[in-house]
Amino acid sequence: MRYAFTPEEEEFRAEVRDWLKEQLPDDWNGIDEDSLEGWNMSRLMRAKLADKGWLTLAWPTEYGGQGASFMKQVVFNEEMSFARCPGIDGSAIKMLGPTLMIHGSEEQRRTLLPPVARGEVEWCQGYSEPDSGSDLASLQLRVDETDDGWVVNGSKIWTSMAHRADWIFFLGRTNQNAAKHRGISFFVADMRTPGIEVRPIVNMAGSHHFNQTIFEDVHIPKDALVGERDRGWYIGATLLDFERSGVQYSANGRRILSELTDFAREQVGSDGRPMSEDPQVRKQFAELDVDIECARLVAYEVAWMQSVGQVPNKESSASKILGTQLMQKLARFGTELGGMYGMLGPGSEYAPIDGKYPKMQLTSVSSTIAAGTTEINKGIIASRGLGLPRG
Amino acid sequence: MDIGLSETQQLIRNSAREFLEENCDTQYVRAMEEDEVGHTDELWNQLAELGWLGLTVPEEYGGAGMTFSELAILLEETGAAMLPGPFFSTAVIGAEALKLAGSDDQKSDLLAKLADGKLKTALAFHESGAAWSAESVSEMTATETEDGWILNGEKRFVQDGAAADMLIVAARTGEEAEHGLTLFLVETDNANVDSRELKTTSSDRMSVMSFGEVSVPKASVLGEVNGGWQILEKLFQYGAAGKCAEMAGAGQKMLDTTVDYVQNRVQFGRSIGSFQAIQHHAADMAIEVQAGRQLARQAAWFLGEGLDATRQVALAKAYLSEAYPRICATAHQCHGAIGYTHEYDLHLWTRRATGQRLAFGDTKQHQGTLTESAGL
Repeated sequence: MRYAFTPEEEEFRAEVRDWLKEQLPDDWNGIDEDSLEGWNMSRLMRAKLADKGWLTLAWPTEYGGQGASFMKQVVFNEEMSFARCPGIDGSAIKMLGPTLMIHGSEEQRRTLLPPVARGEVEWCQGYSEPDSGSDLASLQLRVDETDDGWVVNGSKIWTSMAHRADWIFFLGRTNQNAAKHRGISFFVADMRTPGIEVRPIVNMAGSHHFNQTIFEDVHIPKDALVGERDRGWYIGATLLDFERSGVQYSANGRRILSELTDFAREQVGSDGRPMSEDPQVRKQFAELDVDIECARLVAYEVAWMQSVGQVPNKESSASKILGTQLMQKLARFGTELGGMYGMLGPGSEYAPIDGKYPKMQLTSVSSTIAAGTTEINKGIIASRGLGLPRG
Repeated sequence: MDIGLSETQQLIRNSAREFLEENCDTQYVRAMEEDEVGHTDELWNQLAELGWLGLTVPEEYGGAGMTFSELAILLEETGAAMLPGPFFSTAVIGAEALKLAGSDDQKSDLLAKLADGKLKTALAFHESGAAWSAESVSEMTATETEDGWILNGEKRFVQDGAAADMLIVAARTGEEAEHGLTLFLVETDNANVDSRELKTTSSDRMSVMSFGEVSVPKASVLGEVNGGWQILEKLFQYGAAGKCAEMAGAGQKMLDTTVDYVQNRVQFGRSIGSFQAIQHHAADMAIEVQAGRQLARQAAWFLGEGLDATRQVALAKAYLSEAYPRICATAHQCHGAIGYTHEYDLHLWTRRATGQRLAFGDTKQHQGTLTESAGL
């Protein structure tokens, strides 16, 4: 038992913190990564991180990483999140990379991984379909084998960043007769392949982040298949476990709480005194302080389990639930602190903290839905974690 | 960051679980609720033999010399089993108080006895104000005489006061709130010390102790004269962290009990554990147990390492004082009517939750510590 990082890890933390301070503009306070400006900044930082060797820190050296321990990766992710630094392509680095390392062929690893490590490519993920959300295994995108490869027909939805992606990894049905989990395969495809069409879906916050990605007679080569045919569900499941450690939530939460602390000290409430002296506001601060700590320690537990070779599942579900609920609570609190001004969004005259929190209220609606809803995760905790029978 | 238990800690947990299953089942817990003394000498002596009482007592005084982390692992188990008797008051409060402030003579005499099972202690702090603050000790006075002190006043909420051989009494010796308290070690067989039981809904053995012209020698002062609050502040951290460990362990027990029940209870032709409504209740409990355990262990580890644990203790107690009663409430909801009966064991934990959430500061108090530490 040790609730502290090692001196080496703390040294690395300081190094990352200092480096980010140098590389990011003065008074940097984050950016909307969905905007064009944000995307440009994201690519700039990605190139810098790749040069520094930190973009794929946790990957083995043979694939362009540093083979960093899980805990070192935790430290890095915390600092990136706290600094609000863009540039990490999570779907490529945290999902595709580890999947290829476990299930990919040597050839796939050799050709697909180095460009990710160099920060040259953007990947997107094609899992959900219009009729297959939480019941992902019911997916219908059809992939038929041809003489020289595969032909894909169907549609993927909520494909984040597909409009900027060079590549997509996706799940498709390769066996119409097998049980639903056993007829799915895992593929990769170049987004420039003829027949792939990306249609924007603008979200309720007014941003273009999601898309619907249509496949119409899309021919992809034999080696687009990752792992064994019809085993894609299980390959995809490995990958979801990578996605759910969630240490970025608490680090982001810490930054937000510190920003809101400063704001509450200056903002005068209806009684003419600073908001920070209002007992109700103080109580909410303390509650959020505790919520952040819960999310942080549960995320550490997930990372620690990975570091000792255990496979977290109910633990990562708990981390995801706590982290995403925290984001929504912080967004509400940040908005409420502004009083009437809390309704003013980014770019508005008089908007406190540039309208960040009312906007976050909107964007964070997706956090408890994307990548496994809170309800699906509770189901995982109940069935896989506690052994309760499936309903 | 190492979330795992060491080999020693695993050994403590496993042997504690085994021992308590055998010697402290809920039948025993129920019997002790009705018992006049509230524990048996037989079990108490076994605790001494197992080394539990002196777990954190240094080896030179006959203890096992372990850190508070190990004690917290043990407290998770005693919390789950609701171990009756003054174990917490002695092995946590008594031992830590003597370690924090005892003179060499006090330590070599009293810590050795405590570890040996021959000294049970209790903390006599509260008065009518009943807050965990220095100001709230105002009625109990200690007057210096030529060869000692005379104590007068009344203490409330003295947990295990009736069972204790020795009380750690906070008395006012100066006017300045935080620099006018002194701690005294007072033997309970003194004819001028009286006790009467308070009837809590938790059966947790709270007494009112009255002191009428109780004279004690100079050597009974624990720590410095007027330096009592500084000891208590630290002692309350151990107390709060210890209660968090108890609640974390008991929370896991509530979860296990609930999962077991909903798996076996059949309604509408199915195990009710297959219903999403029940599964989500169980998942909520599991998340709270997981988070609570981490917060509790972090607080204990900070204390055990001798680090400033102010924030870590406040985070843990602010959380568990809310989350643990909620875990109990959810357990009841999942159990339905049977959990409401006296015959079923669930209420044994639920009733104790009230005392645990209030002990060493409730949520509101620890939230206050957090906002202050954040500079608000």
